[in-house]
Amino acid sequence: MKRYFDYYTSMMKISVLEQWQYPVANYFYMIGMIAEPVIYMVVWSSVATQQGGMVGGYTPGAFAAYYIVWTLVRQMNIAFTPYGWEWRIRNGRLSTTLLRPIHPLHEDVAFFAGWKVVMIILWIPLAFALSLIFKPELNPTLLEGVVFFVAIWMAYLIRTITLFLLGMVTFWTTRVSALFELYFAAELILSGRLVPLSLMPAWVQELAWFFPFRWAFGYPIEVLVGQLTMTDMLIGLGMQLAWVVGGWIVVNLIWKVAIRRFSAVGG
Amino acid sequence: MQGLRLAYNYLRIGIMNEFQYRANLYIQILQTFIALGTGLIGLNLVFSQTSELGGWDRTELLAVMGVFITMGGIIRAAIQPNMERLMEDIRDGLLDFALTKPADAQILISVREFRLWQLVDVITGMIVLGVALSQMNWMITVWSVLAFFSALMMGAVMIYCFWLIVTSTAFWFVRVHEIANLFEGLYAAGRWPVGIYPTWLRIALTFIIPVAFAVTVPAEALTGRLSLQTWLGALTLTIVLFIASRTLLKFGLRSYSGASA
Repeated sequence: MKRYFDYYTSMMKISVLEQWQYPVANYFYMIGMIAEPVIYMVVWSSVATQQGGMVGGYTPGAFAAYYIVWTLVRQMNIAFTPYGWEWRIRNGRLSTTLLRPIHPLHEDVAFFAGWKVVMIILWIPLAFALSLIFKPELNPTLLEGVVFFVAIWMAYLIRTITLFLLGMVTFWTTRVSALFELYFAAELILSGRLVPLSLMPAWVQELAWFFPFRWAFGYPIEVLVGQLTMTDMLIGLGMQLAWVVGGWIVVNLIWKVAIRRFSAVGG
Repeated sequence: MQGLRLAYNYLRIGIMNEFQYRANLYIQILQTFIALGTGLIGLNLVFSQTSELGGWDRTELLAVMGVFITMGGIIRAAIQPNMERLMEDIRDGLLDFALTKPADAQILISVREFRLWQLVDVITGMIVLGVALSQMNWMITVWSVLAFFSALMMGAVMIYCFWLIVTSTAFWFVRVHEIANLFEGLYAAGRWPVGIYPTWLRIALTFIIPVAFAVTVPAEALTGRLSLQTWLGALTLTIVLFIASRTLLKFGLRSYSGASA
């Protein structure tokens, strides 16, 4: 246990120091990312205004709250991209990782967790500016705050694990971009990233239950924006835990087979 | 004249290059379909709750989407690849090879790259536009067609000038890749008519990043919303931006010292 703790703290420290060197680059990256929810927010706020102040249970202020919390969850959502696996395998970067007596998933989890610390610090002034402009209606209770904090880290784990699984396809074939594109399109629609899931047709909402996407994106936002009952919150945390544990087991199973296909050049 | 011949030759080389990677065409088609699908889903979700958005109805917004996809294809086929190459060349000192050629530097750096398969987006956008127009029983007139194509041309030139201005800053600040990322994020705002955005954002999308002129104005031309004033405004801004971007490029080239030479 101590071994893991030490590994995580030093890996996160390295990543914080590394990312802190590029505040401007990180900022531009973030602003480009924030354009997306601002567009959704404006569109849905004007729809809500036209429909007499509310649509699908959301007022313009509630939409503002949803999409501002969205920006934080999106930052938490960033994990190693499956497109990066080709580079990892082709350049033999994986060889170095394999020499370490620790599962490679830990490296990704720890490195990106450190990066989050930098991103959240940079995010605060942007969120403040967005709140001044769009006036969100957000009154979370202490309990919701605590559940949200747990839920965004769980969401981060779920997304890291699912993207890791997706990336491992690269061990078998390098024609992966079509698969990845489809995956991200499904994620956009079923996660609550495009619109809150309550605006979707009922069958889409039911479908979303069976995919990891909503547990890694929409659920934490709904916790904070505050339409969930106590039971809903607990069920959500349970689903998140199930995805993390289940995903970790599947990663381990596939990893054993996948790694046999890896032959490195250099490293 | 020489410029046209140069552009034609680079275009030919670009197309031959792309034909070496024919499988990319299928990937491009799939990507276009996925993007189109998510766009249509977004549009349907909005119009399952309301019947008009900022004075535009469903088929009119479908037309906006068609223009958006077409313009996106033009940008990614001919504008963005050239500008990204320029950025890289400035950083690596490879621009020497372009500058020593006996041709106008701006023409040369603007025609070197061409991504043929991106034209899938241009065609798809035109089809979407055609479907939208047939649904709104549109009266075809010579004027509206002329206004549309001229607005589309001016929009493309403005986006090109904007990219050239941004890229020219690479002569002084080397790390400008993030700005490209920023452009893609902001261009996505063009999916909706700029009229629905708050005033400060509408001004930014009109004069700082000319998304309004690239997408909304051509769509206005087709839906009978374009006034002569707007058209003349677009023409003026196109000329101003063109002169500004050319001046800035020349100015930047003077401070370029090469890295390898």
